[in-house]
Amino acid sequence: MTKMLTDARSIRIKGRSFLAVVLAPDLPFDDWLVRLDDLAARSAGFFLGRPVVLDVTDLPIDRAQLKELITELAGRNVNIMGIEGGRPSILGQGMPPALKGGRPVSDEAVAKEPIIELRNSEPKPSAPEARPTLQSIVIRDPVRSGQSVIFPEGDVTIIGSVASGAEIIAGGSIHIYGTLRGRAMAGSLGNASARIFCRKLEAELLAIDGIYKMADDMAPGLRGHSVQLWLEGDSIMAEKLI
Amino acid sequence: MGKVIVVTSGKGGVGKTTSTAALGAALAQRNERVVVVDFDVGLRNLDLVMGAERRVVYDLINVIQGEAKLSQALIRDKRLETLFLLPASQTRDKDNLTPEGVERVITELRRVFDWVICDSPAGIESGATLAMRHADMAVVVTNPEVSSVRDSDRIIGLLDSKTLKAERGERMEKHLLLTRYDANRAERGDMLKVEDVLEILSIPLIGIIPESMDVLRASNIGSPVTLADARSAPAMAYFEAARRLAGEVLPITVPGEKRGIFGKIFARRAA
Repeated sequence: MTKMLTDARSIRIKGRSFLAVVLAPDLPFDDWLVRLDDLAARSAGFFLGRPVVLDVTDLPIDRAQLKELITELAGRNVNIMGIEGGRPSILGQGMPPALKGGRPVSDEAVAKEPIIELRNSEPKPSAPEARPTLQSIVIRDPVRSGQSVIFPEGDVTIIGSVASGAEIIAGGSIHIYGTLRGRAMAGSLGNASARIFCRKLEAELLAIDGIYKMADDMAPGLRGHSVQLWLEGDSIMAEKLI
Repeated sequence: MGKVIVVTSGKGGVGKTTSTAALGAALAQRNERVVVVDFDVGLRNLDLVMGAERRVVYDLINVIQGEAKLSQALIRDKRLETLFLLPASQTRDKDNLTPEGVERVITELRRVFDWVICDSPAGIESGATLAMRHADMAVVVTNPEVSSVRDSDRIIGLLDSKTLKAERGERMEKHLLLTRYDANRAERGDMLKVEDVLEILSIPLIGIIPESMDVLRASNIGSPVTLADARSAPAMAYFEAARRLAGEVLPITVPGEKRGIFGKIFARRAA
């Protein structure tokens, strides 16, 4: 039987990265939960509405123990969106999905969230704020297929081309004095003002601050041109550079 | 001390073995001592292309495992006095190819020969990385099509990171050998053009081998094309590539761009 499609609109699927808080419990869980309660008592609703990932790497627990922990956490209004480092044998039906490939985020990025202040219930004597030094790297060779340049600390400049199947991930902006055929992801730690510049755009994928654009979504008029890309709201904007 | 060349590509079937044999025979005809080494353990082909398949007694693995001396495993070509083959093993497991063993064999070969040409297996596994490990220069064999070009790009990345030269902070000399080039198809847009491939890979070109039946015919009679039919177009292109490897500076001709109707049309358009 053929099902009639009455609505011709297509389903929109987008890739996006989010910053999640990772909780790594230790054994015995009872003691750990007491400490968690203590933290929660000092900062009511800290976990409310926040994506939380449970990191159970190297914990010798079975499925029943994990299930109980998740129930305990749910009772404290901590909803687990995913489990990292769990063996397949302890995961299963009714459990949050397994997550992998998570990358640690600098303390700075997490510091934007109120976590640090909450740990010290006394307000910290305001130390002279250390200005984060801006960093950048320059790569003077072409980036070949299969190679990745990952630089969360700041800007990346490539003097040469980025091949199909290569990727550049920068915390800041990406500048490519050559053809961009691979992937470029700028503002990877949540920097919406990061930009991507390239001398010739043939990219497979572009991302700024977790908003993605695949090759097919790009305006065909931009291909082969010098282009800069930036973020406005939730969409990637592009313009030719002359 | 001889020079060690690796003939590599990433992708299979682009002409590594054919090119190894043709370049080896071309260099040997300059009266230089040449050995071609087959690194494709388990899928050896170089012995067939060299026409020596019935003379293989010992192989590279036997030498590495100490079961035979290097001089016992080397096969002298029947046509060229200065050309030798070190065959791969067809029966042994490729794990028998050890880094220490390869280093010992290459060091020994380098002492005796002017040119050691290593025919790399396809892929980026240990066989391919061991074949390139001790090289002084690399010949990257590429067909003018996108998958071959991307795989070559990947291999160039490995040549710049996984070889001894790269680890010592030196620069590996890399040369592009464009094979199976068909001028008509490139002009129609069915194939990448020479300048497109060069733009993507950005390494110097040492030769363009035209697509030709002569190459297949030579392989099937067990003779490098530079020996079987030295006057054919692919053989001439290999001879020129060999001279460039030896350091000569020669202008490169793109097949099909010398004369003919295309040249006229483009000349007029450019004017």
